[in-house]
Amino acid sequence: MRYLPKSDFERREMLGACGVSQPEELFAHLPEAARLGRPLNLAPGISEYEIVQYFRDRAAENGNGFACFLGAGVYNHYRPVLVDTVVSRGEFLTSYTPYQAEIAQGTLTTIFEFQTMICQLTGMDVANASMYDGSTAVPEAAMMAVRATGKGRVLVARSVHPEYREVLLTYAKNQGMPVEEFGYDPETGTLDLEDLERKMDDFTAAVIVQTPNFFGIADQVKEAARIAHGRGALLVVVFTEAVSLGILEPPAEADIVAGELQSFAISPSYGGPYAGIIATREKYIRQMPGRLVGQSVDSRGNRAFCLTLATREQHIRREKATSNICTNQALIALMATVFMTVYGKQGLRELAEQNLAKAHYLAGKVKPRFSGPFFNEFVVKVGAVEDLNKQLLKKKIIGGLPLGRFYPELADSVLLCATEMTRRADMDVVADTILRAATPTEVTA
Amino acid sequence: MYPENFRYTKEHEWVAAVGDAGTIGITDHAQQELGDIVYVDLPKAGTHIEQGKSLGSVESVKAVSDVYSPVSGEVTEINQTLAEKPEILNSDPHGAAWLVKIKLSAPAELAGLMSAAEYEAYIGAEK
Amino acid sequence: MINKVRPHLSQNELLVFERSSPGKKAYQLPELDVPAVDAAEALGAANVRAEIEGFPEISEVEAIRHFTRLSTWNYAIDYGMYPLGSCTMKYNPRINEVVARTEALAWAHPYQPAALAQGSMAVMAQLEAALAEITGMDAVTLQPAAGAHGELTGILLIRALLEKRGNPRKKILIPDSAHGTNPATAAIAGYAVQNIPSSATGVLDVSALAQIVDKDVAALMVTNPNTLGVFEENIIQAAEILHKKGAMLYMDGANMNALVGIARPGDFGVDVMHLNLHKTFSTPHGGGGPGAGPVAVKKVLEPFLPAPRLKRTGKKWAWDYNRKRSIGRVKAYYGNFGVLVRALAYILAHGGPGLRNATVDAVLNAVYIRKRLEAYYDLPYSQANMHEVVFSDHRQAKLGVHTGDIAKRLIDYGFHPYTVSFPLIVHGALMIEPTETEGKHEIDQFIEAMISIAQEIETDPQLVKTAPHGTRTSRVDEVTAARKPVLRWKPA
Repeated sequence: MRYLPKSDFERREMLGACGVSQPEELFAHLPEAARLGRPLNLAPGISEYEIVQYFRDRAAENGNGFACFLGAGVYNHYRPVLVDTVVSRGEFLTSYTPYQAEIAQGTLTTIFEFQTMICQLTGMDVANASMYDGSTAVPEAAMMAVRATGKGRVLVARSVHPEYREVLLTYAKNQGMPVEEFGYDPETGTLDLEDLERKMDDFTAAVIVQTPNFFGIADQVKEAARIAHGRGALLVVVFTEAVSLGILEPPAEADIVAGELQSFAISPSYGGPYAGIIATREKYIRQMPGRLVGQSVDSRGNRAFCLTLATREQHIRREKATSNICTNQALIALMATVFMTVYGKQGLRELAEQNLAKAHYLAGKVKPRFSGPFFNEFVVKVGAVEDLNKQLLKKKIIGGLPLGRFYPELADSVLLCATEMTRRADMDVVADTILRAATPTEVTA
Repeated sequence: MYPENFRYTKEHEWVAAVGDAGTIGITDHAQQELGDIVYVDLPKAGTHIEQGKSLGSVESVKAVSDVYSPVSGEVTEINQTLAEKPEILNSDPHGAAWLVKIKLSAPAELAGLMSAAEYEAYIGAEK
Repeated sequence: MINKVRPHLSQNELLVFERSSPGKKAYQLPELDVPAVDAAEALGAANVRAEIEGFPEISEVEAIRHFTRLSTWNYAIDYGMYPLGSCTMKYNPRINEVVARTEALAWAHPYQPAALAQGSMAVMAQLEAALAEITGMDAVTLQPAAGAHGELTGILLIRALLEKRGNPRKKILIPDSAHGTNPATAAIAGYAVQNIPSSATGVLDVSALAQIVDKDVAALMVTNPNTLGVFEENIIQAAEILHKKGAMLYMDGANMNALVGIARPGDFGVDVMHLNLHKTFSTPHGGGGPGAGPVAVKKVLEPFLPAPRLKRTGKKWAWDYNRKRSIGRVKAYYGNFGVLVRALAYILAHGGPGLRNATVDAVLNAVYIRKRLEAYYDLPYSQANMHEVVFSDHRQAKLGVHTGDIAKRLIDYGFHPYTVSFPLIVHGALMIEPTETEGKHEIDQFIEAMISIAQEIETDPQLVKTAPHGTRTSRVDEVTAARKPVLRWKPA
């Protein structure tokens, strides 16, 4: 087999050196009952060419050549070629977690740059080296707030990504961490601050909000911070659309920012792998989950980086660790780092402006359901959601996300997203189809 | 090496008490075992702690060690210097690097702790 | 004699922020085909940020040089052997990278209609089936993002089943040789941790276990083979003891590279386990991730698996969200799909017989290293080992040289260090896992390096204690890094 470098001659030599004549003897100490007495019921190995063909065949079973108006946490942004060029280098791709600093300065330096860029983007003091994704960063942020405040309850906005909230509930259930939701304003789509105020109590450790929220709206972070801080809770701000940070005010009032970087050159890939982040204020460093890279010097006095503050982590503190996370998303975080470097200060702004322009062009033709200011996605009331999307599919367009599964009260609405990749002609078709569908008599089968 | 007026625990803490006013620290032996200390976690003043229960922890780069209180009582003061300069725990564990001051609630507990000579014999045997 | 490597020049490079200068660009966006929008008008002036202070501004040429130069400061499997115990650093086939980028797979949106995602779902279904066959379990979820995430999923499954039976119980038993993720996971799942000491031979002590297991014990988390690389010979009896008391057996699959095609956890009493696709199934570690941590379970735990589940309706795949007893989601969407593609490509490349051959080679390599090094390094446990071998620095420590020093010296010989000071039950551990990726030549060079270092310790211990000497970065001051954390760049 091509991944196994030894010849049979070498195997025999090595077996001989071990005092063994047959490979089976290497396993003789396993109890008979524990051993598999037959070959695995899996087909024999195939060639590289056949592997390519297998995945091409599967890809052909997926949708091909559709224009896509889905966002909802996963965004269709261009991936600069430099990203794959860099992450394809064996030195990044095939290296381990950088515990041996002397021969891992490449990875350590890029993580230090990553941490810095995340701080610059979010207005926080420190950021970790990545979490699995945005959805798991949310419960980690909640648990962090519980440790930092000594309180136990969590209030989460209904306008936070619904699947993120589901993940939060899974984690919270067994921790004695009650989670309660508060609503959004049906007119503006922004936080229902009165509902938040009503549900706040002195036992609340964290208030979790998202901006832009699940409906694409730049939400009221400052007001949420005032309410949370007024009762001694921390404010956790979530983001799923990182490109928005190129133009939107950073959530500087947050105590913890938990976000998803998929927008930064990470292909949608049917849901992962992506990269999450946790960023926070300096005073909460020791409550943070995940790896951190710090700056130091080597014994010759040269600047050098190393993993640091590791006593928070599971391999040292075991059951008292801040999290059980070990493997993170280093290579994906590197993709984001390259993306941020390529676009840089001007480019990220310009990219955000293009997203804003595209989404507002589309929104100008169909009436957004909510009046709050939106970035690159928005909700539209369309009536028969499935009918609309079926019509669009016939035109090689994947329409917006039907919201009924997550918000029964919005079962007549879709969440539409437009990015710099969205073409004007496709937006015209979508707008046209929506407007026609709005008058039932005009809908033809 | 080990001050005569201190009392010692098997977990390598010391307490120096005058009446019900006590000072708590970790021993020279403890700091040697830990190596370079990088962080000290201490309770807030006013916290009530019980003998044998954790009152905080000290950290080296790759280890965390709980500090168990040698006596019961209320924390009256914590050593603020340690936040900025944890390294003094390596250089002066029996002096400048005390951890907390405490108002003893059961001074009789002192009698159950080791004297300097007993402690030295104990760590000698542990080796 | 060091003959695997010799020094070569490496480029210096500043941080990207220090390389930046105003106005430099590495991007060009297409002309906007819709009218531009005034940001302050669209978003409200208060919502629009000022420029991102300090953000990079460099050219494309400088960007590629920046990352290429940094990359050369790393060691990698592509350079040579990476004998980290328990980490299974094996070759990452490049075809996996190619197929993961197949356009309609890489660009599939998780919410695109099921009718347009049949290929992605078929990939997942085929991987689930292959992993079930390899582990001997009944059902697999691909949702967890990494090993520790899989552990959490597995323990939550156990909790859900026990709750349904009336009592979630209170504690999880964990051997003292376990990975740190095991106790950390148990704590997050709301369980107390009870550490259980290994027997004198480094394996589970079943008579002690029989004494400990009571109605408060929810599960035993065990790694098999354990972190000494030794197969838990009493695993079947351990499972019986647990099952008799209504407790479950969880297996940490970190060391599955020793078992694929040889023995199946489902056949030796395991109820639930996770796999690390980035270990056993060759997906790249990428400097720390991403991984994937599928969880395989026996039938009794299947109803509790995270939602949604793949379901076959007629000739189509669909996502089944209607899972009333599910523990819920552990992650948004369906799992680290891109990692799953790579793992399936690996399984297809090897096929059933090939996977078994890989296991045999992995074990042969570790046994061979043990035979050739046991004259030079202390072997604290003498049981037959499988895919890894654990020595101690007992002999070298007498001369003041410790496992960490030997590891650093190994760098000078052109190798990545082994795992240092783990498992905790071995004082001064040297934990070596070669994997099947290494041929005899590379292994012999490694052995010669280890022997040479053992000799250096006798003649010139200081040389080893101050290693590495040949790297561009010498030993890093980790104490200062921790005392005065500098976690981000700031302008001077």
